[in-house]
Amino acid sequence: MTRTELPFPGVPGLEGVPVADAPQNRKEFTSDQEVRWCPGCGDYAVLAAVQGFLPDLGLKRENIVFVSGIGCSSRFPYYLDTYGMHSIHGRAPAIATGLATARSDLSVWVVTGDGDALSIGGNHLIHVLRRNVNLKILLFNNRIYGLTKGQYSPTSEPGKVTKSTPMGSVDNPFNSVSLALGAEATFVARTVDSDRKHLTHVLSAAAAHRGTALVEIYQNCPIFNDGAFDAIKGNDTKQDAIIPLVHGEPIRFGAPGDDGLGARGVVRDPATGGVVVVEVAEVGSEALLVHDAHAEDPSTAFALSRLTDAGHLHQAPVGIFRSVDHPTYDDQTRDQIATARGSVPSVEGAAGPADAADAAADNREALAGLLHSGDTWTVA
Amino acid sequence: MTKPVKQLDHVIIRFAGDSGDGMQLTGDRFTQETASFGNDLSTLPNFPAEIRAPQGTLPGVSSFQVHFADHDILTPGDAPDVLVAMNPAALKANLGDLKKGATVIVDNHDFSARNLAKAGYSENPLDTDALDGYDVQAVDLTGMTVEAVREFGLSRKDASRAKNMFSLGLLSWLYGRPTEPTTAYLEQRFAKAPDIRDANVTAFRAGWYYGETTEAFVVQYEIKPAPMRSGTYRNITGNLALAYGLIAGSTQSGLPLFLGSYPITPASDILHELSKHKRFGVTTFQAEDEIAGVGAALGASFAGSLGVTTTSGPGVALKAETVGLAVTMELPLVVVDVQRGGPSTGLPTKTEQADLLEAMFGRNGESPVPIVAPQSPGDCFDAALEAIRIAVTYRTPVMLLSDGSLANGSEPWQIPEVDELPVIDPGFATETNHTNPKGKPEFWPYLRDEETLARPWAIPGTPGLEHRLGGLEKGDGHGNISYEPANHDFMVRTRAAKVERIADSFPPLEVDDPSGDAGVLVLGWGSTYGPIGAAVRSVRHQGLAVAQAHLRHLNPFPKDLGDVLSRYDAVMVPEMNLGQLSLLLRARYLVDVVGYNHVRGLPLRAAELADAITDLIAASSAPDPSVPGVETQEVLR
Repeated sequence: MTRTELPFPGVPGLEGVPVADAPQNRKEFTSDQEVRWCPGCGDYAVLAAVQGFLPDLGLKRENIVFVSGIGCSSRFPYYLDTYGMHSIHGRAPAIATGLATARSDLSVWVVTGDGDALSIGGNHLIHVLRRNVNLKILLFNNRIYGLTKGQYSPTSEPGKVTKSTPMGSVDNPFNSVSLALGAEATFVARTVDSDRKHLTHVLSAAAAHRGTALVEIYQNCPIFNDGAFDAIKGNDTKQDAIIPLVHGEPIRFGAPGDDGLGARGVVRDPATGGVVVVEVAEVGSEALLVHDAHAEDPSTAFALSRLTDAGHLHQAPVGIFRSVDHPTYDDQTRDQIATARGSVPSVEGAAGPADAADAAADNREALAGLLHSGDTWTVA
Repeated sequence: MTKPVKQLDHVIIRFAGDSGDGMQLTGDRFTQETASFGNDLSTLPNFPAEIRAPQGTLPGVSSFQVHFADHDILTPGDAPDVLVAMNPAALKANLGDLKKGATVIVDNHDFSARNLAKAGYSENPLDTDALDGYDVQAVDLTGMTVEAVREFGLSRKDASRAKNMFSLGLLSWLYGRPTEPTTAYLEQRFAKAPDIRDANVTAFRAGWYYGETTEAFVVQYEIKPAPMRSGTYRNITGNLALAYGLIAGSTQSGLPLFLGSYPITPASDILHELSKHKRFGVTTFQAEDEIAGVGAALGASFAGSLGVTTTSGPGVALKAETVGLAVTMELPLVVVDVQRGGPSTGLPTKTEQADLLEAMFGRNGESPVPIVAPQSPGDCFDAALEAIRIAVTYRTPVMLLSDGSLANGSEPWQIPEVDELPVIDPGFATETNHTNPKGKPEFWPYLRDEETLARPWAIPGTPGLEHRLGGLEKGDGHGNISYEPANHDFMVRTRAAKVERIADSFPPLEVDDPSGDAGVLVLGWGSTYGPIGAAVRSVRHQGLAVAQAHLRHLNPFPKDLGDVLSRYDAVMVPEMNLGQLSLLLRARYLVDVVGYNHVRGLPLRAAELADAITDLIAASSAPDPSVPGVETQEVLR
């Protein structure tokens, strides 16, 4: 069976990863380990979405690797029957960079949280994004430290009262999407744990993207930060809170106006170069900003990311902010090696034992040449 | 004009100048000439951490010492016979190290009042009795260089830059070095700048002719080639040999080499070198920091590559948590620590071996890591191969402890036959290894090899062996998370037992005790091999018996080490630290070893060490057991 016969057709992000011989199901991707998140945790919904979505990729299960750091969400790999590594705090992007660079035939996923990715691992995050390594990052943002029982996180709102900030946090929070765009990430999206359909759509687009994809997932912590995303999730409030970003569509949201579409919209602010929310009726629908996720310049995507509330969340753009094609670090690194090797056969890529033996012999001969390079002399 | 030729058996020359004067290049070229002539040799580059320290000052002095002989030698030498000083600061900074009566060749061109003041001289030492007792040759090297290259129309500054080649030519004549290698080198190096090329070649030749014709130098010296085992040789630095050893380990195991590294002195040259060898399938990843360097290497190891990270002590501190992860995940990983003076930033360009305890214990929890150390620049090749053998065979991170003097120092190296190098079998798991109660085959990532206690290494892409590793404690066998008290106790002990078991693969410790009746053993590790060997020879020349042994493996120790220690009345352990191996030996074997410890950022001095050994022999053979061993206080200082 070729990839085109599978539900998820060949896409750049998965090129080089072998396809499954037969369709797979959710159960095959579920490990035998008991899931141990708190009841009501948003992580369950994301796990279910991922377990449901992975079979659709049509990839060989053994060629998928999940790498995580430390935190509640980082237990994720234990619950998937793929290869996985539950590593150390903040370092998953670095470890995954090694994996993805060493092997073109792996689909590599990083699972991380707001503390893991943006605090202790902030350096690795920005560098993996600028390098554009072909791996996908699921950033579970619950705006709190859950596993250590409730300290404020680098995405907590200012003034947050927690165990470590009894008088309120004085930290200015990161906006994950702004940060990623500032690092010139080639794919940046935001979605919500409870919206299975949107989550799956964004994950599919991330998988299809060749390069680093950062997907921020708003995820509720029912124990230490319950209700942080109520405005986004509430049936009564979400139409005013979520600014949906759809490539090629004018950016509109809120209760329907006269034309049946959202009464509010986003326009460019000529004074600042940024974007602002306006009443569509006041500016006319032609004036609305049409979302272009493929714009090479990330400035507009960055401006859109600034529509996210820094404090209590009442408004946030959701969707794919940016998706552009750039060369990836791992492809270019492998290309350099391929160029240096020229027609030299490789042991790993050998067609059979005889070829592998030839390749090994060739390597030994080259090694002898290397050791004898430079000024040598012979003693009889 | 032919001058009389005087035979010498060995010479120690030190080239010294400002850090922009090209002294490292001069020393390196003299070394290459000497190597191709067939002398045995050993070198000691010594330079400031600043790229261009203030010109003409003492901190800005850069030097290169080369010791060469007609016989087998072990060290770059304690005290130079010849100093080439390119300015007043170079003279002042190095004079105190010279032998009495040493030859001092000084470029007197820059002995202006201003330069003398910068070097801290109130009077010109060439005009006072400051240099009495030395054979001083004050020569206007710069002036003669500028004159010699006048025809090329270079600026005065560019012309005077060739003075290092003039001095190289002069020394090459003085010691009868072959000139072809340097001429060929200059022609290649400056092929794209004909003026510079011709000026350098001309300056080099002018220096040679000056030596030949001047009346200042009345004799030429000859040091005959040293007898060496038959074979093909090259001169090699420790960092280069280490890089070649890593490539050889990749070739011999069939594992693609993945280096994750962050630039740090004195390890960066390994990164530079490996980045040139992509033809061998080598990936070099210059990471955003030390942690990412080792993290990517570990990720690559999980993927089935040979993960390596290179650094120095400060970097090892940052990598500690990831090394601990590798300990518990039991994946191959080689951590190269090219040690330098510490603590903290310490002495970046100077040598020390004070990271032994960091390598041994610098992680949380019971976290045993095998430790391998090279003993000479060329030996870095074999040590790298050994580190890879252990890492791959036992699925463990391995610390490879080189140091600054090995890294930058060089020696003639007999090039090994590739067919005789050890073959390393990665032995990837390809099949399930367990059947569950329902009769279903499963893969258990922590089901161990009975002999080595190594766990199976199953890499992504292998169907049916999907599994999850991680830093949380894993259950024996099945490898799922386990908080069981008995399981943790078992796993901690098993990881320790696995590392101990590596010693089963070691040969017995070689003890050099020619007379067989030595009462004192000198035991060392790492780069102190040279000074210890030279000191032991010197003691034996005095007619005294002394035994010498050197440790390749610091963890685990060779199985017979305890027996060896117990055979001697006294054991001296010379180290460039305050007694780190001593501490381990005392703890492990309850042996009251005697430390000999210096941390001056330089190799131990063989002559001083020989005196200390002689004193210990006298003390340990004295009838009164209350006579204290020499230098025991040194450990406590």
